[in-house]
Amino acid sequence: MATLPIPAGQIIADFGPHKNYPPPEGFPGRNEPDAVVETHCCFCGMQCGIKLLVKDNRVVGFEPWEEFPYNQGRLCPKGVQRYLQNNHPDRLLHPVERVEGSGFRRIDWDRAMERTVSEIQRIQSQYGRDAFAMLSGVSLTNEKGYLAGKFARVALKTKNLDYNGRLCMVSAGAGNKKAFGLDRASNDFSDLAHAEVVMICGSNVSETFPTLIHWIWQARDNGAKLVVVDPRLTPVARTADLHLPIRPGRDSALYGAILHQLVKNDWLDHDFIDNHTSGVEAAVEAVENYDLDWAENVTGIPRKKIMLAAEWWGKAATSFLLHARGIEHHTKGVENVSSCINLVLATGRIGKPYCGYATITGQGNGQGGREHGHKCDQLPGNRDIENPEHRRYISDVWGIEERDLPGKGLTAYELIEAIHRGEIKGLLSICFNPVVSLPNNNFVREALEKLEFYVNIDFFLSETARHADIVLAGSLQEEEEGTVTTSEGRVVRIRQAVTPPGEARTDTEILLEIARRLGAGKHFSFNNSEEIFNELRVASKGGTADYFGITYEKIEQNMGVFWPCPSLDHPGTPRLWEDRKFKTPDGRAHFVPVPYHDPMEITDAEYPVILTTGRVVSQYLSGTQTRRIGKLVDQYPEPLLEIHPALAAKYGIANREIVRLVSRRGTAEFPAQLVETIREDTVFVPYHWAGAQSINQLTSGHLDPVSKIPEFKVSAVRLEPTGRRAPVPVQDPIQATGGSPAHPGPKPPQPHAFTGIGK
Amino acid sequence: MTDTQFKQDQEFFMDPQRCIGCHACEMACAECETNGQIPMIHVDYVDRYTTVQTSVQVCMHCEDPTCAKVCPADAITRDEFGVVHTAKTDRCIACANCVMACPFGVPKKIETTQLMMKCNLCYDRTSAGRKPMCATVCPSGALWYGTREKMRELRPNSTPVNHFQFGMQSVKTKVNIMMPKGATKLVVD
Repeated sequence: MATLPIPAGQIIADFGPHKNYPPPEGFPGRNEPDAVVETHCCFCGMQCGIKLLVKDNRVVGFEPWEEFPYNQGRLCPKGVQRYLQNNHPDRLLHPVERVEGSGFRRIDWDRAMERTVSEIQRIQSQYGRDAFAMLSGVSLTNEKGYLAGKFARVALKTKNLDYNGRLCMVSAGAGNKKAFGLDRASNDFSDLAHAEVVMICGSNVSETFPTLIHWIWQARDNGAKLVVVDPRLTPVARTADLHLPIRPGRDSALYGAILHQLVKNDWLDHDFIDNHTSGVEAAVEAVENYDLDWAENVTGIPRKKIMLAAEWWGKAATSFLLHARGIEHHTKGVENVSSCINLVLATGRIGKPYCGYATITGQGNGQGGREHGHKCDQLPGNRDIENPEHRRYISDVWGIEERDLPGKGLTAYELIEAIHRGEIKGLLSICFNPVVSLPNNNFVREALEKLEFYVNIDFFLSETARHADIVLAGSLQEEEEGTVTTSEGRVVRIRQAVTPPGEARTDTEILLEIARRLGAGKHFSFNNSEEIFNELRVASKGGTADYFGITYEKIEQNMGVFWPCPSLDHPGTPRLWEDRKFKTPDGRAHFVPVPYHDPMEITDAEYPVILTTGRVVSQYLSGTQTRRIGKLVDQYPEPLLEIHPALAAKYGIANREIVRLVSRRGTAEFPAQLVETIREDTVFVPYHWAGAQSINQLTSGHLDPVSKIPEFKVSAVRLEPTGRRAPVPVQDPIQATGGSPAHPGPKPPQPHAFTGIGK
Repeated sequence: MTDTQFKQDQEFFMDPQRCIGCHACEMACAECETNGQIPMIHVDYVDRYTTVQTSVQVCMHCEDPTCAKVCPADAITRDEFGVVHTAKTDRCIACANCVMACPFGVPKKIETTQLMMKCNLCYDRTSAGRKPMCATVCPSGALWYGTREKMRELRPNSTPVNHFQFGMQSVKTKVNIMMPKGATKLVVD
């Protein structure tokens, strides 16, 4: 593989991203749909219930699904517009092949499969099995995630499989396993309703999980105090009783200082600590010196506010602690998580009504996707690939010899580094756009350019797919049956609303066909998604993430079932730990000592400003889908540099002035947005964009030593004002509402211009 | 309107302090076939420089609607359920009197069609006994539709208010705004 076959601009002309708008009168047939399909939104871990309206095998609109218990019809703008990813003009309708100098040309499936399989075989025989790697993603259903894990180990026979959950929930997973021996939100979100204190640690819930706001407001309506820890005054922080504007990268200092105060003031549940936990002494010892003065100095939060948070948390009878990527995207991500869990354990407020703890999972299937084995060190049921007993069990389920089951492979970013070093020569990826989503992404691009063969499965030609030799036209969420597991741990049904358009195939069909051609057909004889799920149930049986008692029918009858659900007559487990039987070897919840240390990169004279990154409400992850939906793009058309007026004044930066940001990895320019809602030592840029607009050109590949999550949330940068003013994005009101001649609304999917061949 | 299933015990409650500025309401409103992808509800930053606070505005469906009073073409009517309907297309002369007169700034003149358009409380949905689209999707409860009794139970610390004082003008509305407990009136000087 080399650089792009033709300049990116020419690829974009053929494959997008183009903005899709509905016609002013809506899509034809919306009022007389052939089917109204009760399924779920694909755009975050909440997995809100939604009804898709289908006419002539096209999704033509949506209706709120008010009966679904979590969101009861509520949606965010991504949910309202999600139907527009379907019948999109950019949709890949057939496999394409890279042609140097002219772009991507249509090829038939047989040729695409033949070349894919012969390249896999060539690379593996020349360089060894592990020289061919696979990257997967957790927007995939449980069935596809399970299949990807089995496919890599049994068909590709490589150890090098990892997934984009590595950028998402691995710190939380590792922290949860250390403390509880199990990785899931301990409660469903209805337990927020009567929590006396709700503490949100590093999550802009209002933009990343808007429908969760309802449950937080319910708590507040019932008198709860809301504490939000965030370097920015986000919409949810604006309404908080207490906002702790923390300096990025100092989280464990804050939670350590709160633990210090809980101990000092004896706001502890001694009965719970004595009878149900271990390790409290070491955890307390670790925070011995973390008094308020020290904490104020490290975190930048006034000591009074820290004390108030400790007092509220310490004295509450019920509480719910939530955290997300804000504390997890760090070289001490796992430690930050442990420092939060320590507060929950110290007060014993878990496993009881309105006493909860949860990481808010970000990706569509961030929960289920991290349980069933498309992670480099994991087997289904959240089993350990290095545990001999686990290996034997899964080998039996899969009908292979244990010695043929590969061991632990490299994590996602390490895998990219190994490609860059020339150790991995071939790659298959699905549901992952690392050229946008990984840090220091010019390095990622260079790595992809070194591959001898790269095959990508996707429904749109993502920025990463542009580097592929072959792109196999796969399926959208609504084009296959399956299940996902929501952030609450509720397993829900994804429905096939339509079949893939043109010659596109379901992701499952594609993986099964490659497996067959690689000679592993007898292990991959599934006829449908339910058969895969039924094998997953058996594979998960006895693991911590036990799905054995969950069936499609049971999910449909109950609008979801919470795992663990070990037997068919088991009702599922919405609230964990009521029995106080933790899944650790000693059956107790574990405190973890968390001595504070600084982030990997601290500011200095050359790079004096902290850069932190995150999301906006109208975009999802790397934007492969949401940068193609017109109104979502128009709502926030370009990445802006949020900067405090006081910091801007130091550099003489005016609003909308283009500022060059420089880090040790890269440089990019963004229009400044002067706002008083951010710390004066910190700037923020959202990460959903590609190419020159990608902030991940600047972020670092420093990884947490345990979870291997990159430290997206803290980089050191310098600001260079350019004196140029950014043009204001022109908003043609008609275009924005879908009716201009330039954008007459979406056309039915057409074959791409370059190929010139009809369906 | 004889066969309508409009539920008269259901009311619209608006609580702008809860608004998270996500624009789900606007996008859902625009989906309505009668709106032609133009939203009848509006979300704006109050002042992004100092705050992330947004404000959301639906038609308040006044008891004595100013828009109708100033309409020279008699295009705006209020029905038996108190819903103030958007200007009749065969009467509206796009003079924009209503746009300038409405104390809440609700009606918009659509230049391309030369018509005034505004929220009609999702009449296609509410007349079939359903909730308006914006109040169905709103993730934060800034927009809510249901009975007054249920609202009291859900939000014990707030009071619905539908009496506004704009200088000399006193306005009573069908739509309620949630105020701190004990409030009776919103005064805008």
